[in-house]
This record gives sequence, structure tokens and C-alpha cells, in this order.
Amino acid sequence: MATGAPFYVVVTGNPNCGKTTVFNALTGLRAKVGNYPGVTVERKEGRMLGAPADLPVMVLDLPGTYSLSPQSLDEQIVRDVLYHRVPAVPPPQAVVLVVDASNLQRNLYFATQVIELGYPTIVALNMIDVAHKNGHEIDAAKLGEALGVPVMPVVASSGQGMSALREKIVAALRDGRGAVSVKSFCKPPSELAREVSAVAKQIAAPVTPRHSFAEALLLLSDDKFIDSSGGHYPPATRQTVEAARRRLEEEGVDWRSAAIESRYSRISAIQQAVTTDRLVAAETFSDRLDRVLTHKVWGLLVFVVVLTVIFQSIFTFAKLPMKGLEQGVDFVGQHVGALLPPGALNSLVIDGIIAGVGAVVVFLPQICLLFLFLGLLEDTGYMARAAFLMDRVMSKVGLHGKSFIPMLSSFACAIPGIMATRTIENPRDRLVTVMISPLMSCSARLPVYTVLIAACIPETKVLGFVRLPGVVLFTMYALGILVALVMAWLFKKTLLRGPAPMLIMELPPYKRPLARTVLRHVWDRAQLFLTQAGTIILAINIVLWFLVSYPKNSEVKREFDLQRAAVETKTFPGLTDPKAVAAAKADALAHIDIEEKGATLRGSFAGHMGRALEPILRPLGFDWKIGIGIISSFAAREVFVSTMSQVYNVGGYDDTEEGTQSLAAIMREQKRPDGSVIYTPLLGLTLMVFYVFALQCASTVAVVRRETNSWKWPAIQWLYMGVLAWTLAFLTWHGGKLLGWG
Amino acid sequence: MTAALQPLTSLQAGQKATVSEIKLPPPERSRLQELGLVSGTPVELVRFALLGDPVELRVRGYNLSVSRHEAEQILVQFAA
Repeated sequence: MATGAPFYVVVTGNPNCGKTTVFNALTGLRAKVGNYPGVTVERKEGRMLGAPADLPVMVLDLPGTYSLSPQSLDEQIVRDVLYHRVPAVPPPQAVVLVVDASNLQRNLYFATQVIELGYPTIVALNMIDVAHKNGHEIDAAKLGEALGVPVMPVVASSGQGMSALREKIVAALRDGRGAVSVKSFCKPPSELAREVSAVAKQIAAPVTPRHSFAEALLLLSDDKFIDSSGGHYPPATRQTVEAARRRLEEEGVDWRSAAIESRYSRISAIQQAVTTDRLVAAETFSDRLDRVLTHKVWGLLVFVVVLTVIFQSIFTFAKLPMKGLEQGVDFVGQHVGALLPPGALNSLVIDGIIAGVGAVVVFLPQICLLFLFLGLLEDTGYMARAAFLMDRVMSKVGLHGKSFIPMLSSFACAIPGIMATRTIENPRDRLVTVMISPLMSCSARLPVYTVLIAACIPETKVLGFVRLPGVVLFTMYALGILVALVMAWLFKKTLLRGPAPMLIMELPPYKRPLARTVLRHVWDRAQLFLTQAGTIILAINIVLWFLVSYPKNSEVKREFDLQRAAVETKTFPGLTDPKAVAAAKADALAHIDIEEKGATLRGSFAGHMGRALEPILRPLGFDWKIGIGIISSFAAREVFVSTMSQVYNVGGYDDTEEGTQSLAAIMREQKRPDGSVIYTPLLGLTLMVFYVFALQCASTVAVVRRETNSWKWPAIQWLYMGVLAWTLAFLTWHGGKLLGWG
Repeated sequence: MTAALQPLTSLQAGQKATVSEIKLPPPERSRLQELGLVSGTPVELVRFALLGDPVELRVRGYNLSVSRHEAEQILVQFAA
């Protein structure tokens, strides 16, 4: 081993075995998070703390997996890393196998599969405290003898046994030879063993000598092993394997189950030999808690309370830090603006770059809060129960029980919602949830709805007591939900069709959440968002800044400069106090600034695009000014409001009640060339329907790009939502006309 | 003498039986076996969720949720 390059150690184990806690304890807080090339499986690695200076150790945390016969992308990555088929990941020089002592048998299934690969392996027998509480005492030395590898009892959550584990890892790496004789835990029937040996001889270049038998066993007994291996195996291997399976079938051997059954019978024997059971209460605390939390009535009630708290937090509590961030960005913008001379650079830095950074960081409070809750739900084990409760209802429309929280979060903001879909293991279920989440009316639509309702919807009562504006607002939210469910169902029938996903899910025992694990989770998410989606959001914002600011028309500028000059020399006959004169001048100048901004916007690329879009927008009753609003609000929906106030020369718009009302008042005055009112109730309705469906959010596009690792899905999403928006707005406009509403 | 096979879902919540065979397509069947539901394994039906679906099982000392459809295809016999 060349000096300098760190030794590479992978941590692997079942889901819920405390693998991440072991990883965190090994690496401290210095791990970095990324993706494996080409897929959205999370890759976490970090340097091991306490490694000697001459022996630096890099630790890789593999996703949790139940077996080496992969059933998901996560599990495939684990298999491929252990088989050294991921080019970006160096071959492991040692493996740390985390085994949950309180769930020994099932954990040993995967553990024995990995041991058979022949790597220098150390078992971290985790949660021995839980096993003890449940009445199981495990003899680690005896287990080590049975497995043929060292077994280190640890309680990763408290750090107990971790330094001994570290020393053992270093010792294994120093030794460097790996296991001399690797045990096999699978004594398949003689017919199967015969075929496995034959296939093993065909495997070229096994990673370790013992590897070929273990690999051949998987090749034979896993239907999809060859298909999920890309082009790794030559056609000859497939033929050999298929011929072997045919022979076994003739001999009456179930080649799919024989190896699994044989492994479990060996595991049962080992488990019984190393465990002493004390008599304890049959029902654990976790079981008792589950009686309530998965109860048909109480469980649902608790679930509703949990959801309400989460929703309230991201919707309401996040407001304050968001406001703070916005003000901070404004403050920085003003101070930087004062340093730069006015002009193109100033505008680029302030309205392009700093505002763009603001558009990124403003999401952080919601993302952090949501992932704080998700981290808690996952780490306590409640998430699986929530999915257990909601599965039936959600599966009716082709969604997963775990789709519920991302969808709910999307009412606050689709960005954290879409990021939260990572908790859904099945890639197809996850993608459906990603595709429909932006249909939930997010908080950025609220200012659009508010202004349009104020401008267009008369304050009357329906049925004598319900306010019409309230009814309209509710309808917009309901419309989004309804169409989201229909679209989920449609996606499952068309683009994302496939066999019904397995609904097999572990319900891990409840445990106390670890602050370290949860906060780490929040930190990783925030970091991923900033570095990956944030860059795209920033770039799109700069492009949009350019579209609304350019081209600069020198004639327009000259005209306004003349007006300014006129103000400077203007006399105010009625005013004698110099202060009052100065104020009147400033007022007039500010008004000119607003008009100039409006004129620039109307003459900008976005303005031209708004005009170019008119043929598409006219059937919806929109004019080119609304077109400008639609184009500029592609950055974010709420921009529509500030853009409209620029288009109509309403200066100093802010999202206060007065700001909304003054814009609404101006909008109500707008007339078409034929003299009719533009913002009729029907137009307001149509425009709102458009905003329910159109994917007017650059940040969502960026996040979907990151979460699906391709431009294909955000493109499909943008198009389908655009088509929906146009069609349903068209139906609203013309349907409304037919009904005589406008 | 072996008792007649019956679907796991015919058990009452809290009842125990022994897994006999799984009549599901290979990926589901293999995964359930890898999770420990090989023939001869004791299994307990812990509870049905809202509307009877999914179903919570206890096998080899841990709890597992499977859809009702899957549970119906797991054939068991009552422990003697």
C-alpha cells in the first residue's frame, strides 16, 4: 500500500441496525455527503477519528441493506461496492459489519453473506444494551468463533466499545492479510452445491479467493443478479446459469429458496448457541407504545397531531428566520450597492447575484425545520408507523404511505417537500411523489392569490354567510390536491407503470432519538441543498435578472433623464419652505424612477417575450402585461406580484395589506383597448387556476433536477404542469363565459 | 398429521402459526424468505392496520409490515 493514500473501510449492515450511529461515532462530524455517480443514492464518507498518523483511514457509510440480492437502487450500490464494481469507489480493505444484537437472526443473514466475501471483516455487535433489556445475553467471543471474524460489542449511541472497535479496525488494516480461512454459512443441498462449484469455476477474476463460491451462489439463486450487474458477465455465464437452473428444476431443487433456507438454519443454530435468554416481560416498551400509536383511532389521532405540528412549524415558525434572512440580504445588497458605482455592474451584483443568493438561502429555515422533524420521525422509528397507517389510503392512488409527509410539506414549499421524498425507498413511488408535489398550493402562491382576489373577486356572501373570497381561496387549494391525486394515478398507469411495489417494510422498535444523528441529518440536507440545488437556482435567477433588465434603451433613458433634469429646475410656486421643495422634488424624482423601471421592464427581453406569448395567452383572456408577470415569475411565483406593480408603475410594493390593496386598486382600473375592465372576477379566477398548476418556480426545477439526477423529469414536470395550467385556465375562461360570468 | 394450510390473514391479531409456503412472485417471495420467513418459521400476526391493510407480523424477534395481499399469499399452519 502506497503511503499517503488512506486505507478504505466500508461500514455496512441492515437498515435500522444503528449503522449510521456507528459511522458517526467513527468519523465524528467531519463526513462529507454526496451522490454515487449517475444515481441519487447518498454517499457518505469521512476520515476515521483516532487513526494513527501513518495509517489514515477513510470510512464509507453504505446504505442499509437486507441482502446481497438487491431489490432497490440502494441495495444494488451496496452489492456493487462490495463487489468492487463502482469505479469511483476504491476496493475496501476492510469491512465493518454492524449487527443489531436485539435482532440477531435477521441481521446475521446479511452479515454471513458479507463474511463469505472474504474481506478482513470486523463485526460491530451494536445495541447490546437493548438486547440485554429484552432479556438476551450474547456471548460475543463465542459469536466471533462461530463467524470466524472478530466480534466487538458496542453501544454506538453512547460510544461504549467504540475505541476498542477503532483499535480492531487499525489492527486489521495493519495485518492486511484478511481472513485466512473464510467460513461458509450455507450448506446447500448437494445438487445445488455441485452447480455452484461449476459456475464458480467460470467466474473470471474474483475479488478474493473465496469470493467466487459466494458469487456463484448468488448468480444461481438470484433471478436478477445478472440483469442488475450491467454488462459484467459474458453471455456464456448466463447460459451456464440457466442450464444449471434447468437441471436443478428437473431434480426438484428449488434453487431460489434452497440457499436462503440453508443459511437460516445455520443462523438459527449459531444464534441459539451464543444467546442466553433471561425471562423478562413478554411485551417491551416499544410493543406497548405501538398499541397506541398504530391503533385505528388513537394512532390516527396522534398522526394528525404530528402532521399539524410539522405543518405549522414550516408554515409559521419558519417565517421569522426567513424574514430575517431576507432583511439580511437586503442589508448586504444596500451596503455593497453603496460601494459600487451605479450602472450595469451594480445592478448585476445587487439585483442578480445578491438577490439570487437571497432566493437560495431563504429556503433554508423551512428545509432545516422539516428535516429536523423528519430526522426525529426516522430516528425514533415513528416514520415506519406513519407509513403503516397511511399505506392503504395512499396506495389507492398509487402513492406510498410515506408520500404523505412530502406532500403535506409542499403546502409550505415544494423544495423541502421534494427533498423529503428521499425517505421513500421505491424509486417509482418516489418519482411520482416528486412529480405531483408542486401541485400543492405552496406559500409562494398565497401572495398571488391574495392580490388577485383583492383585485378581482367581489366581497360578497355565498349562501348568505360564507365570504366569496374565502371560497375562492379554498377552491384553489382543493383544486391542486384533487388534480395531484388524479395525476399520481395517471403517472402510475402510464410513465411510471410497473409491477406493484413490494409493501414489505420493517417496523423497528422505538428508540430515543440521538441529537447528534438528527442534527447531522439536518446539516447534511442543508449542505446538499446549498451546494447542489443552490447553484442552479442562483444561475436561473441571474438569467431572469438579465431578461427583465435588458436591453437598455438609451432613448428611454434619455427621456427620463430629461424629465429628471426638468424636476431639478422646476419651481414649486405654492411652496416656500426649502425643505418642502426638496421633498416635493424627491417625490417627483421617485415617481420618475418608478416609471422608468416600468418602461425598462416593458421594453426588456421579458417584455418582448410577454408580447410574443400573447397569441398563446389571449385565449385565456390574458394580455401581454400579464405575460410579463408570468415570465418573470418563473423565478418564483410571488415575483408576479412585484412585477405587476412595476408593470403598472405602482412604486414601493411590499407584501403588507396596504401594498396589496394599492396594487389591487390600480389593477381594477386597468382597461382593455375596447374600454372593458381587464381584471374581471372571471379573469382573476382564470389567472389563479393558471398559477395553481403552472410550474412557476425555478427552484423546484433545480431541486427536481438534483433529486432525479437528470433534466428529463423536471422537463416532463414543467411541460405537464404547463399543459394542465393552460388547458384548465382555458376551460375556466371559456366555461365561465358560457355561464355568463364575464 | 399436518393441519390444513391457511392464509396468514385468517389468523386473529395475537395468534401464532408456522410459515409453510409463500405463493408470491419470485422477488417478493425471495425477499420475505431473506427476511426470515422460510418454511418452518414461527410467525405471529400482531395487528391489522386501518381498513385491514397492511398487516403487521412478528418473525424472528422483530416486526414487519406487509400488504394484505402479500399476507394472504403466505400460507401457514397452526403450531402443534
